[in-house]
Amino acid sequence: MPIKVLIPTPLRPYAGKQSVVEVTAQTAGEALSDLVAQHPDLRKHLFSEDGKLRSFVNVYVNDEDIRYLSKEATLVKETDTISIVPSVAGGR
Amino acid sequence: MADLIDGSQATLSNEEILRYSRHLIMPEVTLEGQKKLKAARVLCVGTGGLGSPLALYLTAAGVGTLGLVDFDVVDYTNLQRQILHHTSDVGRLKIDSAIDKLTAINPFVEIKRFDTYLNSQNALEIFSGFDIIADGTDNFATRYLVNDASVLSGKPNVYASIFRFEGQASIFGAKDGPCYRCLYPDPPPPGLVPSCAEGGVLGVLPGLLGIIQATEVIKLILGAGEPLVGRLLLVDALAMRFRELRVRRNPECPVCGTHPTVKHLIDYNQFCGIRGEDSEASNNVKIPEIQPEELKRRLDANDDIFVLDVREPHEYKIVNINGHLIPLGDLPTRIHELDSSREIVVHCKSGMRSAKAVDFLRKSGFKRVSNLAGGILAWADRVDRSLPKY
Repeated sequence: MPIKVLIPTPLRPYAGKQSVVEVTAQTAGEALSDLVAQHPDLRKHLFSEDGKLRSFVNVYVNDEDIRYLSKEATLVKETDTISIVPSVAGGR
Repeated sequence: MADLIDGSQATLSNEEILRYSRHLIMPEVTLEGQKKLKAARVLCVGTGGLGSPLALYLTAAGVGTLGLVDFDVVDYTNLQRQILHHTSDVGRLKIDSAIDKLTAINPFVEIKRFDTYLNSQNALEIFSGFDIIADGTDNFATRYLVNDASVLSGKPNVYASIFRFEGQASIFGAKDGPCYRCLYPDPPPPGLVPSCAEGGVLGVLPGLLGIIQATEVIKLILGAGEPLVGRLLLVDALAMRFRELRVRRNPECPVCGTHPTVKHLIDYNQFCGIRGEDSEASNNVKIPEIQPEELKRRLDANDDIFVLDVREPHEYKIVNINGHLIPLGDLPTRIHELDSSREIVVHCKSGMRSAKAVDFLRKSGFKRVSNLAGGILAWADRVDRSLPKY
């Protein structure tokens, strides 16, 4: 079932300039794997060399951070939205 | 809910009552609320994109004491969005330009001027004189500094940040609420997220977010409405969509968790620069070095040396030796700006990032490249003592 993944501005250049990517997945982890399979350039921005999700990138299913759900094992369904929220610092 | 601000001792003159009449007749404000505004002391860190609308509206609203922290000078490219500053202010200290305009709008506001670079040595002392901190800065190191100092001082930090046409806003460090490190425990490696200078920014965007910040500051002071504590507001200005995500307090947060390990302010430039996850510089191979005195001697003798500075733009503004600036994280994509036939001396703050840069350049085929031992700090120590250290 297709799930929407919202791509934040800093990462859009690596996702074919798209702001939303549809993935097929049952868990948050699968969704991210499908995402980087579709857009390999995203991999190094989301994952470190040993395959872990980078700590300055937060992943939300709807409005909850997956850290407080079941992390990569968090179940996702068709009506859910996955958001990637990296830290930005601009203020001027 | 206990009041953040005690307005009982504040007094308003007849002129002030007239000035704020549109506030006073609202049940959400009233005279009592306006007295709280008058008693409140708010610190704006930064008087640029976010700081401009923040300071303007807090001044208009009648915040009694407004602190401004900014060491920067008005640049022509700022005028597209930093509306506190006029064309005639280009070249002036931002803080002086800000004070002129704010005083003209509301002479009843007492403005405290800090034309200084906020750092681990002065932050706690500066924060101690205020009730609420509003973060309008533009780099990760200062954001972590402001966060940690706010939590250690027990003051709420009204936060906003922007990139191109998207923004975030929240309140960190409020009682029982999360802090910035609960949301982002680690900064990205330098260069991975572009700054406004590199990524560009829609001029109106900091206006929109700065007003949201000012609104949250005022709500905290009045004790009104539902503040953005534990809520991350995401703004997409192009789509004009507002979304909200939940931010939870992390019980293991090193600063605000149950067993905090950060009890003093640290070196934030180091935290953001060296703590990046990609540290691949091989320690086995000896990196060619040049001492500051030697570099000075050769530059004075007009030797053809290209000085490359791999620090971040905000560091360059603090102090520089006229090097060509390419932040370390950008080096792979901007390597074409360098001429491998020339002798290149690379420097950073203390010599560690530049060592990685030299390693990278040598692996990319550059033969005439060396690292300035001790970085610009050593230069400021031994060659030019008039330069500031940070």
